[in-house]
Amino acid sequence: MKRLLPIVFVALLLPGPVLAVSDPSEMLPNPAQEKRAEALGSRLRCLVCQNESIEDSDASLARELRHILREHVAAGESDAEITRWMVARYGGFIRLEPAFNATTAMLWCMPVLALLFGLGIAVWSYRRASRRAAPAPALDAAEQARLDALLRGGSVER
Amino acid sequence: MHGTVLLSLILSPELGRFALAFACCLAGAQTVLPLWGAWRGRTALMASARPLAWGQFAALLLSFCCLAAASVANDFSVRNIAENSAVAKPLLYKLTGIWGNHEGSILLWALILALCGVAVARFGRNLPGSLLARVLGVLGGTALGFELFCLLTSDPFDRLWPAPPDGQGMNPLLQDPGLAFHPPILYTGYVGFAVPFAFAVAALLEGRVDAAWGRWVRPWTVAAWSFLSCGIALGSWWSYYVLGWGGYWFWDPVENASLLPWLTGTALLHSAIVVEKREALKIWCVLLAIGTFSLSLSGTFLVRSGILNSVHSFANDPTRGVFILGLLALLIGGALLLFGLRVHLLQAGGLFAPFSREGGLVLNNILLCSICAVVLTGTMYPPFAALLLGQAISVGKPFFDSTAVPMAMPLLATMAIGPMLPWKRARLTPVLQRLWWASLLALLAWAVAAFGVSGTLPVLAAGFAVWVIAGAVADLASRILLFRAPLRDSAARARHLSRAVLGAAIAHAGVGVTVLGLVGMSQAQHAIVSVHPGDGVDLAGMRWTLRSVRDADGPNYHAHVATIDVTRNGRLIAELHPSRRVFPLQHQTTTEVAIRTDLVSDLYAVLGDEHEADGTVVLRLHRNPLAPWIWLGGLLMAIGGFLSLSDRRVRVGAPMRARRGAVPAVPAPAAE
Repeated sequence: MKRLLPIVFVALLLPGPVLAVSDPSEMLPNPAQEKRAEALGSRLRCLVCQNESIEDSDASLARELRHILREHVAAGESDAEITRWMVARYGGFIRLEPAFNATTAMLWCMPVLALLFGLGIAVWSYRRASRRAAPAPALDAAEQARLDALLRGGSVER
Repeated sequence: MHGTVLLSLILSPELGRFALAFACCLAGAQTVLPLWGAWRGRTALMASARPLAWGQFAALLLSFCCLAAASVANDFSVRNIAENSAVAKPLLYKLTGIWGNHEGSILLWALILALCGVAVARFGRNLPGSLLARVLGVLGGTALGFELFCLLTSDPFDRLWPAPPDGQGMNPLLQDPGLAFHPPILYTGYVGFAVPFAFAVAALLEGRVDAAWGRWVRPWTVAAWSFLSCGIALGSWWSYYVLGWGGYWFWDPVENASLLPWLTGTALLHSAIVVEKREALKIWCVLLAIGTFSLSLSGTFLVRSGILNSVHSFANDPTRGVFILGLLALLIGGALLLFGLRVHLLQAGGLFAPFSREGGLVLNNILLCSICAVVLTGTMYPPFAALLLGQAISVGKPFFDSTAVPMAMPLLATMAIGPMLPWKRARLTPVLQRLWWASLLALLAWAVAAFGVSGTLPVLAAGFAVWVIAGAVADLASRILLFRAPLRDSAARARHLSRAVLGAAIAHAGVGVTVLGLVGMSQAQHAIVSVHPGDGVDLAGMRWTLRSVRDADGPNYHAHVATIDVTRNGRLIAELHPSRRVFPLQHQTTTEVAIRTDLVSDLYAVLGDEHEADGTVVLRLHRNPLAPWIWLGGLLMAIGGFLSLSDRRVRVGAPMRARRGAVPAVPAPAAE
């Protein structure tokens, strides 16, 4: 992946993965199982690449992990079991979607925190602005009648 | 050939470096003189800003031309050319390859920044003198930082002795027309946000933000935003058709770096409307302008410094990293400090009820900035967790798909309603009366999607996308009183519709189109197969047959080209030619994806490994429904932006401030 670094310098918008055409012989014969393995594999990180899942990576480690993953799927293990096994073996780093715990609480709560913070600021500034502004004087009956007439589009006598 | 050699002798690398150094001096003068003049009220000093901006741009352009001349003339005694070019490289890529490396791209960055300065000097002639001087001064200071960075740590004109007979060539992945023009467009987007930033800092120095300020800032924001939209769409398209595994967005730190300023930039161009029309949200708008450019800078340059990828790659070349961090701290920290010191001078403006056009735009800003906060946190979390907590975690596509993407749903839901709300105080009933058929269409889309689309989020998004598009049409229809007035009246109203209104509707519809494209892509089907020539496979109701694989050679590569026939019910519907290119100079292989599109779906084929032993060929085949709509929508957003820039109000120019005794310009047409 080192050779990719210059590209990152260049275009600012170039993701890492290149030329991932996997070998069909890796795939499970059962399409349902293969689909599950692909879904699961796309949530596991290739440990030697930058931000690539093992399904997308060309690295030999990713290839081995794909193979191991498919063995587990074929053995009939559940998604949770397989993820647990992978994390026990390779650490939390392998999960592209980190588990919720004390370290990642801030990360996972961010959507709610950000929205609440934004709404809070908006409500606070609205209240403050309304308090500061002098209340507009209410219209008397004649003014109200003239306004209604104007809004109806009729002519108004001055 | 003699001509180019002669040209490269005149435009020598030394001249280029000298011009760059001269540009630094002019940028220094452009920072100090106008700001001093504006502070002291010296008209002559303030007036120096415009010629200095022009001079700085001319010097940088000369410097850039020198690098171009060296590249075209194959001057491998220049290290940058020797490392990134080669004799056999096609001429187009010799030119576009100038920004295909770190040093050259920094020079381009500085050149575009200088161009922005010139644009402000040219189009800002009706700005109050002190404001123009301050804006150009801030732009000059920013440019000075990047020109010094280029000159001191990333010199593109560094010589190499002895000069090698041939260069090392460019990374073959970059040898692609889409990528050749992608960086300048993207950079224009990033750098363009320097202008709203300069306006914000200038306003803080002036201690005054008013409706006119909002009116001046908005076109610059719209321009930068349109270029950034184009750049992001182009980059995503590039990764779709070059990388060859059917994806288009990977939530990579590099991609997120471009998305962050786009999100806050979108928020800024909406909140600037409120400043312009209602003189509210001023403080927020100034902060947003500072924040957007800060994200532009820190996103791109933190990615460049390598901090996001690993702390080690940063340590490998600390000079550049430390310089960048210092520069960022100075610019962003300085602007925020100024904000803290001067914010009390900005007076709050017009009041509005929570349910009103202003309220809708505030909600838009809250949602966009929350999404931005989530993407920023997700991008920065791994390095910080590693640094502070010593824990290695990954945050990738599945995280963003399950957090940032759902947050876009309320944004889509409110997008159709917002533009129809009146200022100050609104009622829901009249809005819904104009949107009833859009709601019907959205419900219909949900019903259809519920049967034809798998996944909850894609179904939800499909309905909202139709809602947004229909809402944009309904907005225009209600403005021209379609079916409520005689058709001739409606046609007359349509002709006089302001381009800003039309542009906004087109951009909103573009968002809907992009979302439909994303929904379609979530339903893509693919197969990876290994076949003999003559064999075929079935995918998505079509028969894909590999007919042959033959050799073909290009200017600096050897290629294998496959021919794949795609038939439906025995009728040929497409012939695809995916290929693999081997670049001998760089020892690299690239794949050229074959895409056949009918705008409703893409047939997408990639040629994989060829196994000599049993004569089989690996193919990756995709059918991607609505894929082109993703970029079509991006294009619509940019078109909407540019259309609104051509609006009469922008062309005529903003009115002058009365207190300066200037002649008031033509009064603007009433707010839409």
